[in-house]
Amino acid sequence: MRLSLARREALWAFAFLLIPLAFFLFIRIWPAFQALWLSLYEWNADPAKRNFVGLEHYQQMLGDQLLRKALTNTLLYTLIGVPAQLVLGLVVALLLNSVERFRDLFRAIYFAPYITPAVAVAWVFSWMLSANFGIVNEILRLLGLPAQPFLQSPQQALLTVTGVIVWQNLGFQVVLFLAGLQNIPREYYEAARIDGADGWALFRHITLPLLNPVIVFSAVIGTIGFLQLFTQVVNLNFTDQGGPLGSTLTLALYIYQQAFSRFELGYAAAITVLLFVIILLITLVQLRLLSRRVEY
Amino acid sequence: MRSQMKRWAVGVAALLGLALAQNVTITYWQYDFKSKVEAVDELIKRFQAANPNIKVIHQTFPYDAYQQKVASAVPAGQGPDVVNLYYGWVPTWVKAGYLQPLPDSLAKTVDSDFISMAQAAKVNGKLYGVPTAVRSLALFYNKDLFKAAGINTPPKTWAEFLEDGKKLTVKQGDRYTQIGYGIAPDGQDHHMVREVLLRQMGGRPYSDDVKKVTYNTPEGLKAFTAYTDWVKQAGIGVPNFFPGNNGYRDGFIAGKIGMIIDGSFAIGSISSGAKFNWGVAELPIEKPGARKANFGSFWLHGLTPQATGEKREAALKFLQFLTSEETQRYWLEKVGELPARKSLIKDPKLSLNPVYGPFVLSLAYAKATPFVDETAQRKVMVDAINRVLLQNANPADSLKQAAAEEQKVLDDFWK
Repeated sequence: MRLSLARREALWAFAFLLIPLAFFLFIRIWPAFQALWLSLYEWNADPAKRNFVGLEHYQQMLGDQLLRKALTNTLLYTLIGVPAQLVLGLVVALLLNSVERFRDLFRAIYFAPYITPAVAVAWVFSWMLSANFGIVNEILRLLGLPAQPFLQSPQQALLTVTGVIVWQNLGFQVVLFLAGLQNIPREYYEAARIDGADGWALFRHITLPLLNPVIVFSAVIGTIGFLQLFTQVVNLNFTDQGGPLGSTLTLALYIYQQAFSRFELGYAAAITVLLFVIILLITLVQLRLLSRRVEY
Repeated sequence: MRSQMKRWAVGVAALLGLALAQNVTITYWQYDFKSKVEAVDELIKRFQAANPNIKVIHQTFPYDAYQQKVASAVPAGQGPDVVNLYYGWVPTWVKAGYLQPLPDSLAKTVDSDFISMAQAAKVNGKLYGVPTAVRSLALFYNKDLFKAAGINTPPKTWAEFLEDGKKLTVKQGDRYTQIGYGIAPDGQDHHMVREVLLRQMGGRPYSDDVKKVTYNTPEGLKAFTAYTDWVKQAGIGVPNFFPGNNGYRDGFIAGKIGMIIDGSFAIGSISSGAKFNWGVAELPIEKPGARKANFGSFWLHGLTPQATGEKREAALKFLQFLTSEETQRYWLEKVGELPARKSLIKDPKLSLNPVYGPFVLSLAYAKATPFVDETAQRKVMVDAINRVLLQNANPADSLKQAAAEEQKVLDDFWK
């Protein structure tokens, strides 16, 4: 039997795809399903001693105050962080798009925080935000403003952490938007100007709709990132992780604490299932609400 | 030619013999800490020289990733046979099947030869580990700052402590530039309420069987308020005065904090970092002659379920070697941690040492909190203090809430 060229090419493509596919199946997806199975058992190092507890861990989640706190915090991080980094990213990208000189330099400067390790960023910020020795409070003092506790205050800590992350993600956001902006054909703007459209109308009816694919992508990726928040929270308050008073605790950190400080891997697995469901649902809703094809 | 062949044959036979004799390999895990890693490397050399048929593999991990590595490696059969762990982790590790009980003969040795806090390594009457070294708390003070403030001796009572603390605190506007006491609820201070102040005031943190929280009492409230008043009333410090992990210790080393309460494990970094004269004193007490109390803690060596048969024998041998009198003497010299054996602690050279002395003297009355879930219980007390310091909560309410939360941790463990 002789295969047509197209068919042979397709077969080769499948053959090559098999390797990454196997990787995803066995290294990513299979363990994820194992977590589901784990969540039904009382953890023990010896597999023979893992007792089946059914949905007990899921019941336990209902009465867990700290879990509720972690869940609320995680949603707050996402609700504040994602819009903030989208809006700021767009504003900076628009400004950068309108400058001709040094655009690459500016872009490199904005991108630098994104490639800095999150741990290093967290440590530097915990110094900068120190109440008595930090540069931020020194600036406030020079402006005649009272010192702020930032990370030490249960009221301010979550917002402060969000701010640090938005600052770090901004560069990535800007680069995405800049690429999106440069993809919009100039003719559209020129044609609209001839029709008498001004700045705001151009933005509202041309820029924003044509940036939609970038916005959807950024919103989904940003949301998943915030829902899995861990590294910055751990390192910004290293000796009271998730504190003060649980005010910065996230789901991912809570899972980590249950699993590796308390060796409750069964319960931790149950919470990962919860986190998985939350991320899945929110992503589906976002894709449905935000995705729409725009063509001119 | 023939003689050369013969030599070869002898050589091969010798190598084979060596390989056959070295028939047990065990693995030892601890977290990464330079002086401890070097000490264990040297100790393994000595152990292997005395036991040529046992080979010990030494593996270390960063502190933050340590429990995570153990949690995943042991169930996969890739973990250690002998493992180093904090005593407060023992109950959760036992419950999750990560440790096996040690033989009664070893438990008897611990009962007779080790200082009493080593008993905290028992769960339900069974021994799960033995320490090489132990730690206690003491007051570190900056002699230069004391002199500048006109103070001649370290405080002996809490009243003197507060008086000195006030003299050492410097404020400019609403910012502190120097504080008298490096307050750190999430450092060592959360132990102060339960094991030091409460016991000094005649209270007890838990019932004898460790099933009931017993600090929600008048003594408990007195101890708790005494502590939070260091900040709220006396103002001798503020939490997180100095930034960074272990900011209270770093701030002391930077010469910006007059006094801190810290463990003997801090001696190393303070002696290498502090560029001023400093001293160590036993923790203050209520009034001269009053009851003393201190918090003791330790890291210990336990056996994982992975060590069975021949490996278990070899692992037990290594564990006994690691906790022997000889090793403990070496450990004190090399790592600077206090020995866990009574015989060594009684050495007057140690108790008269200006730096180690106060810690050694404290060991006589130090108690290791019988944690069942150290992470959760630590958080309960840190939060209780923070509610008062950061949110102006009523101390009585905050303590009551802490007692209820900690009771739930105990109930969950024992159910």
